[in-house]
Amino acid sequence: MTETIVNELVSESSNTTERAFGISDFDTLAALESESIHIFREVAGEFERPVILFSGGKDSTVLLHLALKAFWPAPLPFALLHVDTGHNLPEVLEFRDKIVERYGLRLHVAKVEDYLADGRLTERPDGIRNPLQTVPLLDAISEHRFDAVFGGGRRDEERSRAKERIFSLRNAFGQWDPKRQRPELWNLYNGRHAPGEHVRVFPLSNWTELDIWRYIAREDIDLASIYYAHQRPVYQRDGMWMTPGVWGGPREDEVLETLSVRYRTVGDGSSTGAVLSDAADNQAILAEVAASRLTERGATRGDDRVSEAAMEDRKREGYF
Amino acid sequence: MSAELLRLATAGSVDDGKSTLVGRLLYDTKSVLADQIDAVTRASVDKGLATPDLSLLVDGLRAEREQGITIDVAYRYFATPRRSFVLADTPGHVQYTRNTVSGASTAQLVILLVDARKGVIEQTRRHAAVLALLGVPKLVLAVNKIDLVDDAATVFADISAEFNQLTRTLGWADDDVLEIPVSALHGDNIATRSEGTPYYSGPSLIEHLESVPVDADSTGNHTLGLRFPVQYVIRPRTAEYPDYRGYAGQIAAGAVAPGDEVVVLPSGIRTTVERIDTPDGELAVAQTGRSVTLILADDVDISRGDTIASVADAPEPIDTFDATVCWLGDKPLRPGARLLLKHGTRTTQAIVGGLLERFDEQRLLADPNPESLALNDIGRISVRVAEPLAVDDYRVNRHTGSFLLIDPSGGNTVAAGLVGDVLSAVEVGTGV
Repeated sequence: MTETIVNELVSESSNTTERAFGISDFDTLAALESESIHIFREVAGEFERPVILFSGGKDSTVLLHLALKAFWPAPLPFALLHVDTGHNLPEVLEFRDKIVERYGLRLHVAKVEDYLADGRLTERPDGIRNPLQTVPLLDAISEHRFDAVFGGGRRDEERSRAKERIFSLRNAFGQWDPKRQRPELWNLYNGRHAPGEHVRVFPLSNWTELDIWRYIAREDIDLASIYYAHQRPVYQRDGMWMTPGVWGGPREDEVLETLSVRYRTVGDGSSTGAVLSDAADNQAILAEVAASRLTERGATRGDDRVSEAAMEDRKREGYF
Repeated sequence: MSAELLRLATAGSVDDGKSTLVGRLLYDTKSVLADQIDAVTRASVDKGLATPDLSLLVDGLRAEREQGITIDVAYRYFATPRRSFVLADTPGHVQYTRNTVSGASTAQLVILLVDARKGVIEQTRRHAAVLALLGVPKLVLAVNKIDLVDDAATVFADISAEFNQLTRTLGWADDDVLEIPVSALHGDNIATRSEGTPYYSGPSLIEHLESVPVDADSTGNHTLGLRFPVQYVIRPRTAEYPDYRGYAGQIAAGAVAPGDEVVVLPSGIRTTVERIDTPDGELAVAQTGRSVTLILADDVDISRGDTIASVADAPEPIDTFDATVCWLGDKPLRPGARLLLKHGTRTTQAIVGGLLERFDEQRLLADPNPESLALNDIGRISVRVAEPLAVDDYRVNRHTGSFLLIDPSGGNTVAAGLVGDVLSAVEVGTGV
């Protein structure tokens, strides 16, 4: 049963460059793509200084891919902004820089470490830095006077995001005032804001996790290498496979072993785990993701991939 | 051509089991992660329930309730191998017409929920009227808790008959409306056909959602020529593309192919479509909903806010028109109000001339010449704009017939606007 569904999900996927669309090709992914492109172009038409939040993770890579498509063959009319926690895996930063160079983009980096160094921020007892990203982000927004900030947030991520708008108004403190969120009707977006305020824009709002992976496979989008299976020294903690780094390493009772793993999400190295996997390309990952999303309910097969799904994208806590 | 991505909305009240129905749709299509199921199961056990309380999958978080935003549209996602669904879940409280309007504005189908023990109530009639106003193409009436009534066959037949009479009056064809007896709690007729409802021979709810014929453009059965609101002019000015000039946008109605004769509105200049560009190659044809870039044969002056339309049925740009609005502002609308109006990709200044009618949702009748329109009121107004707009009647096309009214001082969206007289279509009166 599950296998059939997975095959249906994974079946059609090929490089699109030579594809001529017919009307019947306007499927779910094409519809979502058109909607996202429409959102990017609306912002380009109505705002002065938009910026794309880019972490090097899969969602922001898809976001960038769509943005490039929206303005092709012209260069991207926005800069990128990365809020760097200092806890990145080196492969992710390499990927970020490679993408910036490949497409000739402008990248701004706001570093949490700068704030820790001069005392504007203090390290948390648990060492997790995601919540510390907010201040550098807001400072960068006001310093560069960005009036629209694109993020890769999706409404299917968790219940609390289900009511988020595609255009989300933020006050001068970056705060989201529920009473000031505007009704969104048809595909008419209202981006009006006062000086000092900005609008967070979520072009991937209507995409699901599975849509993202299907799109990555179909468009053959290049991701950071840690998303694909590779040999890595890891140790097990709280049911996750952790990698040693500047944030620390195995305790005395934890064993470092070299295994074939991949990451499902890019986040703070101190709290983001890898999963055991041999999936080495987009198609193989899609098959694995589809299978794990469709795991029989209530199955407590100690399936790391499923519990891992719950850990996905926590990177935006206190951030988006 | 049937859509593979279906946009739906729900309407009805929480008391009738709406959260359970939505939770059931997510659960039965395996659109919920195992860990979420586990959490719900644990919470249900803690509450002493025998079966998982599926409403917990969708009900707002405590933090949300504290912030006072439970009164809002929530979006849910589920999929079957045949279709993907975006569901706008709208709260059912009587006074929150704005939510029904927001959720239904993009919906190709709405699931209206009633409790079998109560049948079609006043709120059902009101919701149906608002959905008719918004031109929702397809309706499903989910008659929930059918297992709790005696003589379910008769109850279901009576509710269906009453609802059909209402929908006919409001302008839906019988083929566009389906009543289904369900139990969201037990899953009857949601994913699979129930053996407990032998008097019902139709599809289960999910079967129906998977197969209901819906055009990708969701505008009913009106065939319009091309409507292409220009969003952005693409001018690379690079060594590789020194003279490239493309007009980017999303097709709002009709289709376009190279060689088509088009007119640019409001200027009236005619030209021909030379090419349809996408990063994946040129298209032989592009239809409603697709974001593309048009290359035109002549070098004409076009900017964001203009509309490229087919020569055959191009609308005449106008600066004064009547419209139906759902008022969303906290402060009432009075004649003479100066606002901004966003239609397609153009935002222009607007003055509200007169308030012509206010729709009385209780009686499904319009009262003439109201003094003002308050929050959640639906009424008909005349409006004058600073720049002529290429509008279509909303009943002909939802995209080119809709607009927003925006308060220029605070920037808030204060009205959902529908061009033309959609009110007369839903003035049925109850005669009571």
